[in-house]
Amino acid sequence: MKITLTVNGTAHALDVEPRRLLADVLRDDLGLTGTHLGCEHGVCGACSVLIDGEAVRACLVLAVQCDGRSVRTVEGLAGPDGEPHPLQRAFSAEHALQCGFCTPGFLMVAAGALDADPDLADKPEAVEGVVGSNICRCTGYESIRRAIARAAREQRETTA
Amino acid sequence: MKPASFDYAVPRTVAEAVQALGDTGRAAQVLAGGQSLILEMHLQRVRPQLVVDINRIAELDGMRVDGDELRVGALVRHAAFERAGAVPGPLGTLLSRAVVNIAHPPIRSRGTMAGSYGWAHPASEWCAIGVALDATVEVTGPDGARSIPARNYFLGPYRTARRPQELITAVRLPLLGGNTGVGFVEHRRTHFCFAQVAVAAALTVTDGVISDARIGLVNAADRPLRARAAEQTLIGTGFAPLPEGSRLPDGHPFARAGRAAAQQDAAPVAEPYADVEYKRQAIAVLVGRTLTEAATDLRPRLAPRQGGPR
Repeated sequence: MKITLTVNGTAHALDVEPRRLLADVLRDDLGLTGTHLGCEHGVCGACSVLIDGEAVRACLVLAVQCDGRSVRTVEGLAGPDGEPHPLQRAFSAEHALQCGFCTPGFLMVAAGALDADPDLADKPEAVEGVVGSNICRCTGYESIRRAIARAAREQRETTA
Repeated sequence: MKPASFDYAVPRTVAEAVQALGDTGRAAQVLAGGQSLILEMHLQRVRPQLVVDINRIAELDGMRVDGDELRVGALVRHAAFERAGAVPGPLGTLLSRAVVNIAHPPIRSRGTMAGSYGWAHPASEWCAIGVALDATVEVTGPDGARSIPARNYFLGPYRTARRPQELITAVRLPLLGGNTGVGFVEHRRTHFCFAQVAVAAALTVTDGVISDARIGLVNAADRPLRARAAEQTLIGTGFAPLPEGSRLPDGHPFARAGRAAAQQDAAPVAEPYADVEYKRQAIAVLVGRTLTEAATDLRPRLAPRQGGPR
């Protein structure tokens, strides 16, 4: 089936079987291997991407469902000059990763939450909801929570 | 594993979807949020020959208050109920308290309430609320539309009264009146697990007496349950003050209701880490806690003339 997928601002005309998952098409057809596949059951969240700005599991969405939609992956976070996204800087500053396998998923779920809510910094329970969405087996989550909170505070300060 | 091959249809109207489902030559599955279906297709426990993706049917989106009911279209995502004011009155409070127990935000942004009714998992929060409140499931098939009361709809795990050629177009839930308090309490092993047991409750108090009680049990049988025996122990009893402390005394009406729910209403199915006796104990405790939450929710809203003891 022929579809058009806009990924990180670039439109791609693709011919994909309906059975193929968005995560596999991103990785295998477009070479965007920043989207990681962990459990492929929708549990771990390593494959999380934004579809039209909303965080979803790319392993629980068919690529054909995304025809005409806009997908943002971890490769689309950094600025055009390669400047890291505020979340990426915060993850680095707070040591919010060790092996890094889960990091793209956490970054994308957090990016969706930050974009949707400029006041995320004032809502610790919403940050906890983001942290609780995905699995990390290295950090114990606390540094991830701190990193997202730091990026949220920074976003509020720059927009205030 | 990856999903096996299937044909894929993207209807734009309910009529087109029903036509696609009417092709009895192929085993069809409706794809709404897909957060259960696509997982099962990964595992190839579900291998549809045809997937009918309803996500582009505009008429299925949106919810609205219709008389004394809330009509939830088949494409309304779980996340739509997170904001406390999204649905008016105590029903909105109940739905917003329940929804946070459904998976986590990225799943809730895709999965749908009507999809939960279609899937009919015994641990579904929405389905137990539906049977407790006498929800109605609207379906449209080749012979037209019909409405199925939730009490007749669930037939067992993943089994419902929906015919294979029928599409769920909406779920209707009664709005609850101002003198109704609600509660929802879930117990599960970790944040990522399905409910071992959960309870939804709505208590209506008239002139200081419990005039209606609705109790829904999640994962307390092979299908969502309404705890009618427990409800009967409450109706007509005075709206007594809540005891001090976190533990209900055995003689408190809410504790009695909990025991009735566990012993008379529930028909628990043993699961790993939760055998039948464990589940009965959890149901008794959770029903008591949920009724306490409902009473706490209601008390500040009771008019002084019917407030009863405070």
